[in-house]
Amino acid sequence: MAEEMRIVLRNYGKIDPLKIDDYIAQGGYKALEKARSMDRETLIEEVKKSKLRGRGGAGFNCGQKWSFAYQAQADQKYVVCNADEGEPGTYKDRLIMENDPHTLIEGMAICAYAIGATKGYIYCRGEYPHLVGILNTAISQAKEKGFLKDFDIEVRSGAGAYVCGEETALIESIEGKRGEPRFKPPYPPSEGLWGKPTIVNNVETFANIPVIVEKGADWYASIGVPSYPGTKVFTLTGDINNKTFFEVPTNTTIRELIYKYGGGIPGGKKFKAVQIGGTSGAFIPEELLDTPVAFDNMAAIGATLGSGAVFVLDETRDIVDVVTRIAKFFEHESCGKCAPCREGTARMYEIMSKINSGKGTTKDIETISRLGRVMSCSCLCGLGQAAPAPVLTTIQHFKADYHAKLV
Amino acid sequence: MGKSYAEIIMPYKDKKGGLIEAFHALQREFNYIPEEALKEAARIFKIPESKAYGVATFYSHFSVEKRGKYIIRMCESAPCHVAGAGEVLKALEQYLGIKVGETTPDGKFTLELCECVGQCQAIPVITINDDVVLSVSPERIPEILKKYE
Ligand SMILES: NC(=O)C1=CN([C@@H]2O[C@H](COP(=O)(O)OP(=O)(O)OC[C@H]3O[C@@H](n4cnc5c(N)ncnc54)[C@H](O)[C@@H]3O)[C@@H](O)[C@H]2O)C=CC1
Ligand SMILES: Cc1cc2nc3c(=O)[nH]c(=O)nc-3n(C[C@H](O)[C@H](O)[C@H](O)COP(=O)(O)O)c2cc1C
Ligand code: SF4
Ligand code: FES
Repeated sequence: MAEEMRIVLRNYGKIDPLKIDDYIAQGGYKALEKARSMDRETLIEEVKKSKLRGRGGAGFNCGQKWSFAYQAQADQKYVVCNADEGEPGTYKDRLIMENDPHTLIEGMAICAYAIGATKGYIYCRGEYPHLVGILNTAISQAKEKGFLKDFDIEVRSGAGAYVCGEETALIESIEGKRGEPRFKPPYPPSEGLWGKPTIVNNVETFANIPVIVEKGADWYASIGVPSYPGTKVFTLTGDINNKTFFEVPTNTTIRELIYKYGGGIPGGKKFKAVQIGGTSGAFIPEELLDTPVAFDNMAAIGATLGSGAVFVLDETRDIVDVVTRIAKFFEHESCGKCAPCREGTARMYEIMSKINSGKGTTKDIETISRLGRVMSCSCLCGLGQAAPAPVLTTIQHFKADYHAKLV
Repeated sequence: MGKSYAEIIMPYKDKKGGLIEAFHALQREFNYIPEEALKEAARIFKIPESKAYGVATFYSHFSVEKRGKYIIRMCESAPCHVAGAGEVLKALEQYLGIKVGETTPDGKFTLELCECVGQCQAIPVITINDDVVLSVSPERIPEILKKYE
């Protein structure tokens, strides 16, 4: 069985996050020095070869994304860290920034060197006001020590909008506007912040970079599942004994996460379902628990790895009620820019409430399934596309729970 | 007298995209964005008032209506929901004598709902301005709120 392995949380509890010397004593900023001694193309090739894929949930090859921004010709390029962490049940990025802010800054500085950017932003969700001070302290320490050279990093605060985690909405928000997603393409690596080539990466993605540069792509690529190597940080909530976090190699199975690391279900109750990847994730039944958590393995069972939230429900839980709550979340967080999502999330919540209050019919289940399928392919951004997943997967795997509530 | 609206907004004037940062600064001072302050911001950033208003109302942390000194937010995301957020909310409403979205008559507390605040290691969670209160239960409400009275 896979053991816990700490890469992005390697300094957790070992250093004082506000002391740069502690970070340096653990080998910190050596990777940045090494990166700068390499030529840019070799560096990006190394990141590509490590097969590191975005930890924000979409799993895009990190080095490949960097190469797009590297190739783009422009007078200014930007590096943006997505620290919006809006997915309910997720707090991994907070753990990294709270306990080891320099690992994020070093990762961003390596990216800045690779693509040729002189300006960076950390977009930190409004719910984490205490992190702004920690990040600013760390940035000024790194500046003072001369590690950042001409790379300047600014911290910006979000203000409570889930959709601002979507990279183009995030970019709009940094620009001081309403956080509404843009049409993609163009993707940010060619046209991002103020129309300039921009790399947006998640906190956990950046935190992997110094270790990859230090230990090499081959070392990293050999950990976990080859198509999505490395580790992933999971945060466990719901009906589970150990409500805490674990960083494990990606070949760990869902069952191991719940029973080995999570210590199983409290009170001797039976497992019912687990939702992985946050509120936009699929609900997974018992028979699929032996799936490794890696990106493609999850996709193969119609689920997502997403942000790495693990939300467990025991046999006594009312799954239709939970899904109704989730439907309300999406109705509230839809930005309203496109009709299928603006209208779709509202209708979905309406019908789920009807079913949940015992007034639904089989016709409602059919309608909501059709609506969900339409939304997954016609919504503009990932919010609307993923919103139906909890509804559709529970209708698929837990139909009896719905039928029990119909008139 | 505290600072004028313009004094609060000006430091962000030359920051690219600084409007949202200026709104944050206003809210730190007043807990909401007063109408005159919003107009002042529009003037300083040279944008139409409607646009400034559009930005302010997009984000759930910003309010263009007067709120209490302390804003209590109850997380109702799925993990907090199954951990008993509903009961905590009822207890809060009862204790404060107000409903969600309202402010106590003495102007002290405003009660709001929110989504996950990323503190799911010990739920249910409420926040009171920038403070996070973990593992809240209905019984603990009086003791928690006493600190702010
Ligand atoms: N961490 C969190 O709190 C949350 C995470 N998510 C996750 O977000 C994911 C969706 O994210 P999206 O950004 O919409 O996915 P996406 O697939 O559009 O993009 C993923 C990344 O790859 C880049 N990319 C993709 N194709 C490209 C191309 N042809 N050229 C250049 N760059 C390209 C994008 O710029 C982006 O950085 C979902 O899978 C979900 O799991 C959703 C909500 C919250
Ligand atoms: C509605 C929505 C919300 C998102 N929220 C986040 C988020 O909070 N944090 C994050 O890193 N990515 C989030 N993403 C994904 C980003 O758009 C983008 O894929 C990611 O920041 C890219 O970084 P990565 O390649 O390092 O994962 C979200 C996507 C959508 C559609
Ligand atoms: S899918 Fe929803 S959140 Fe995304 S752009 Fe459309 S309305 Fe906005
Ligand atoms: S679900 Fe309530 S704090 Fe995360």
